[in-house]
Amino acid sequence: MKTYHRPRSIFSADDPMRGSISAAIPRLRGLVGSLLLMLVAPMVWAQPAVIYDLGGKFDKSFSEMAYTGAKRWGDETGGRFLEIELQSEAQREQALRRFAERGANPVVMVGFTFATTLEIVAPDYPETNFVIIDSVVEAPNVRSVVFNEHEASYLVGVMAGLATRTDTVGIVGGMDIPLIRRVACGYALGVEAANPEARVIRNMTGTTSAAWNDPIKGAELTRSQAAQKADVVFAAAGGTNVGILQAAADEGILSIGADSNQNHLHPGSVLTSMLKRVDNIVYEAFKGGEAASAGVSVMGLANGGLGVALDEHNADLVDAKMKAAVDEAFDAIASGRIVVHNYTDDSECPANS
Amino acid sequence: MTSTPASTHASMPSGQRSPNASPPVSPPAIELRGISRAFGPVQANREIDLSVMPGTIHGIIGENGAGKSTLVSILYGFYQADEGEILIDGRRVDIHDSQAAIAAGIGMVFQHFKLVENFTVLENIILGSEKGALLRPVLAKARRELMDIEREYELEAPPDAKIEDLSIGQRQRVEILKALYRQARVLILDEPTGVLTPAEADRLFAILRRLRSEGKTIILITHKLREIMEVTDTVSVMRQGRMLATVATAATDIEELAERMVGRKVSLQIDKPCACLGDTLLEVENLHIETGTETPASPLAGIDFSLRAGEILGIAGVAGNGQSELLEVLAGYRRAKGSVRIKGCEVALSGSGIDAGSRRAAGLAHIPEDRQGVGLVMGFSVEENAILGYHRSFGYGTGALMDRSAIRSEAKRHITQFDIRPPDPGRAARDFSGGNQQKIVVAREIGAEPDILLIGQPTRGVDIGAIEFIHRRIIALRDAGKAILLVSVELEEILSLADRIMVMFGGRIMGERPAKETDERELGLLMAGVV
Amino acid sequence: MQRTMSDRVDIVLIPIISLFLAFSISALIIAGIGEDPFEAAALMVSGALGSAYGWGYTLYYATNFIFVGLAFAVAFHARLFNIGGEGQAMLGALGTALVALHIPWPHWSLALLGCGIGAALFGAFWALIPAWMQARRGSHIVITTIMFNFIAAALLNYLLVNHLRPEGSVAPGSALFPDAVHLPTLHDILSPLGFAFSKSTPANITAFLSVAAAILLWFFLWRTRTGYEIRTFGHSENAARYAGIDPFRITLIAMGLSGALAGLMALNATMGESERLILNPTEGAGFIGIAVALMGRCHPLGIVLASILFGFLYQGGAELALWTSIPRELIVVIQALVILFTGALDNMVRMPIERLLARSKRARSKA
Repeated sequence: MKTYHRPRSIFSADDPMRGSISAAIPRLRGLVGSLLLMLVAPMVWAQPAVIYDLGGKFDKSFSEMAYTGAKRWGDETGGRFLEIELQSEAQREQALRRFAERGANPVVMVGFTFATTLEIVAPDYPETNFVIIDSVVEAPNVRSVVFNEHEASYLVGVMAGLATRTDTVGIVGGMDIPLIRRVACGYALGVEAANPEARVIRNMTGTTSAAWNDPIKGAELTRSQAAQKADVVFAAAGGTNVGILQAAADEGILSIGADSNQNHLHPGSVLTSMLKRVDNIVYEAFKGGEAASAGVSVMGLANGGLGVALDEHNADLVDAKMKAAVDEAFDAIASGRIVVHNYTDDSECPANS
Repeated sequence: MTSTPASTHASMPSGQRSPNASPPVSPPAIELRGISRAFGPVQANREIDLSVMPGTIHGIIGENGAGKSTLVSILYGFYQADEGEILIDGRRVDIHDSQAAIAAGIGMVFQHFKLVENFTVLENIILGSEKGALLRPVLAKARRELMDIEREYELEAPPDAKIEDLSIGQRQRVEILKALYRQARVLILDEPTGVLTPAEADRLFAILRRLRSEGKTIILITHKLREIMEVTDTVSVMRQGRMLATVATAATDIEELAERMVGRKVSLQIDKPCACLGDTLLEVENLHIETGTETPASPLAGIDFSLRAGEILGIAGVAGNGQSELLEVLAGYRRAKGSVRIKGCEVALSGSGIDAGSRRAAGLAHIPEDRQGVGLVMGFSVEENAILGYHRSFGYGTGALMDRSAIRSEAKRHITQFDIRPPDPGRAARDFSGGNQQKIVVAREIGAEPDILLIGQPTRGVDIGAIEFIHRRIIALRDAGKAILLVSVELEEILSLADRIMVMFGGRIMGERPAKETDERELGLLMAGVV
Repeated sequence: MQRTMSDRVDIVLIPIISLFLAFSISALIIAGIGEDPFEAAALMVSGALGSAYGWGYTLYYATNFIFVGLAFAVAFHARLFNIGGEGQAMLGALGTALVALHIPWPHWSLALLGCGIGAALFGAFWALIPAWMQARRGSHIVITTIMFNFIAAALLNYLLVNHLRPEGSVAPGSALFPDAVHLPTLHDILSPLGFAFSKSTPANITAFLSVAAAILLWFFLWRTRTGYEIRTFGHSENAARYAGIDPFRITLIAMGLSGALAGLMALNATMGESERLILNPTEGAGFIGIAVALMGRCHPLGIVLASILFGFLYQGGAELALWTSIPRELIVVIQALVILFTGALDNMVRMPIERLLARSKRARSKA
């Protein structure tokens, strides 16, 4: 084991010293006791750590995918890992530093908002490996993982374009942020490629971070899109997705899930799900442990980081023609024959609709 | 006069008791023994002994701050006595809160009614004694009981009318009904006539006599000696926290009671020299208020008058005939149309907040009739209240800052000159008695040395000693050549203070008389709208 | 004598009992989910107050709360319920960012002044619109200020996504502020004086500014004529009109000052901590400010103390989140319990205590 730069640490749940020492301390003196422990606690084993963004761990979206990956690692190896759900912006740097000081390795953070903080923190802890998802930070101890979401959203767009009977499809995003615009742009391009007649209705759930967790408003927007003749609605709104998919099922129209495979939520109504395998990233990072490498990984359709979900729950919805079209588009993108426009490159979307 | 020292109980010749009273052998309906209560260093009640026989009306008089309110608050469970005991019908009771007082058969009618304005009479009456989760059966039962009570005591109140639609006198009857509904045997009324017109007061006294004849015991707290003489059987005088004497009403007279109350000889007669008239300071022409839907106030329908230096112009009238609005317009915080000139200069009538300030600058001061809601900030200390409206004056600091010591010395000056008690400039206005609150306002407004002084109801709810004092100051101001406009519903006050009297009715001036050439009868006809 | 005793009960004893109750119930809940409440308490105390590092965060949060607490209090003294501290602070953050990004500041001190003016003006502007609507049009200020919170969030979102975001960045945030705008942290200030203060904590020079703001606000409310007018207006609008105080003017002054103070929070959060404009620069501090102000009885000293308490809860909560598996929702529950007991349920504690005191006093006087 390498030696780490570690301060005296507060004991943790798996601290081997914990049982013996705290058993000797009467309960009522717990306060004094743990202050003492702070001084005498030994170094701990390097544990991997994951930091979830303000949206929280169980966001039914990529943070939850990250948790799934971490848990899979835990179940397979029996190891423990540290985790924290941020409550405030100031905790971003705090959590990074505290985990790094404590010797956690690697430290995985889920979300592009960590980029600026990580740029400052990473050089201070050269022995710690950091993994950032959805953004790029150039540092010798940081591995950056970004996804070309527009490629996958193009694919679900193709499916939506073929599935619509009314030539009208919709997308309900969470907040109007660049990432969602990128997804929406790829989606619109895919729809256009498959069905040049089709119209795309765009809505955002809200303007505050509550928008990622507002199923009721998501459902309202879905019903409103259905009223405007949309018969396929793409849900790209984190925890809000639950309400969007539910409303689509109630309205008898099709929906498309995002991030994890949400086909099973309403079999026969969810046309497909756009998969973003954050779980794999976390799992691999934890498995790699301290040997994690630096650099930038671009996850796309070609390397399995993204995909569309086809399983028994949507088998009846996807006919042979649609399947063929998706396969063709997949191959074209994976092989580079089609390059889907990336909104965040120039803040513009060439889609007409 | 039969008076007893404080330490012994009242004993009266049986002949002076009302005919319906219980036989003398029964124990007193209420007996207090050695009640004391202190608030910090202030001894509000000292060893109070009192016994009130059942089926009598007993008056308690005393100046503001004499301890009357503390005493009834102890009886009603708002405060606990530090020492002493309370006996009801000869049994010792512990009244630790108002629920216990109600259970002991004590009912209370406060000076400021405790009614929910947008509830009906019936709903207000059962409020606090609902007895059950469902309202409908309770209301039905209460309606029957209420009818019985109304029949028994000849007290009527429309059960389904909302309180906000009732007159003040009717509201008071609802308070009495509420106490009777809770089976009160002893009814305490705190300054009940302070808000009533003379006719309503007569009506109240008739009700009290009726209650007495049904065997109820009534304790009447008031400072109006005339009422004591008119309605009570026995009367106790309090001064400085002590119970000085309890006497049979028939065996005393107003002058004697007043002297005992104040502790010295009081002159209720006002001697004033003839008015030496100076320049016209205030001219009012064709003053109108247009009332919108949101301001249901009596409109002013064309008021014309002028006021000269060195005179007191009294405005008489039954409350609610536009006098209050007139004062507010003149003082600058109510919008109106027409023309008002102060010392010949036209003033704005927009009613915005700035107007009131410029009136003061022009030498006009105003003692408003609602001292608690308008004239004072109840949460502020005497000090802070002493500069209300004058807080921008140079005397109280330079620039944006206030000079605390200048303000404090001004407040102390008010306290000494107007005998405000207790003499604590840091004490909040709400912790003073009504009379002392009024003195805080009067001290401020007179202390500003205005050329024109508007006065609304200067002695409402104020005790006799303070009345005498305030009246003297008003006369002195007139003699110093100031112009004074006095609005009062007390005809006696207007007649004795004013040089000229105008009567308002329905927003108009019904007539004007020199004070020396008119009397209550003529003014009363004008007040009723009879020309 | 009686007054000072009851004052002491009011200010010291009752908050302490309320806090004790809140923490007791929190302890029961923590025990209920299988964690050790004593360990948790120890973690919170040592993590928030046991080290310079802990204080660095506690004071950072407290600084935010002082600004927004004072903001609520000044409006409340005029009996205006300014629920819009959140939105006003957001606009303050926008003002700070615009000033920091667009003017080449030579030194942080000038930048602090410039950004302070920007933050205060933007915050005040955002509060003055509802104030004007209340004073002139009768729109209820509670409703309008709540609505303006949403408008502020939407405005910030729009600007960050469309105008302030650096080209190519996915995150809805502005560019980092230039180095010259970097504010000295407590570490930078205190280490030359011989105090070792944690290096990486966000507490900065604005902590002193917030305390100065509290003192100035006290002076303004109780020592100036305008402060007197604000308090008069708050106690009784009728008395204020009688005294020649213009309701329109007071509403605008009180709200403008309130918005400016809320905006100044951005000096700490945006200029001091994130050093760029982010999507949600206030993180609900505007609402915590209401709780802080009510708990501190709208007195500047009370607000400073209550802010430190809430700073402790935030930083202590972060330590719990880091080192235990107590879910963050439960940490919010603990914070909510404190608000509930010290704010909403005040009378529940007050009345029995006062009765008890009255009874013991009577017993003593009898004996």
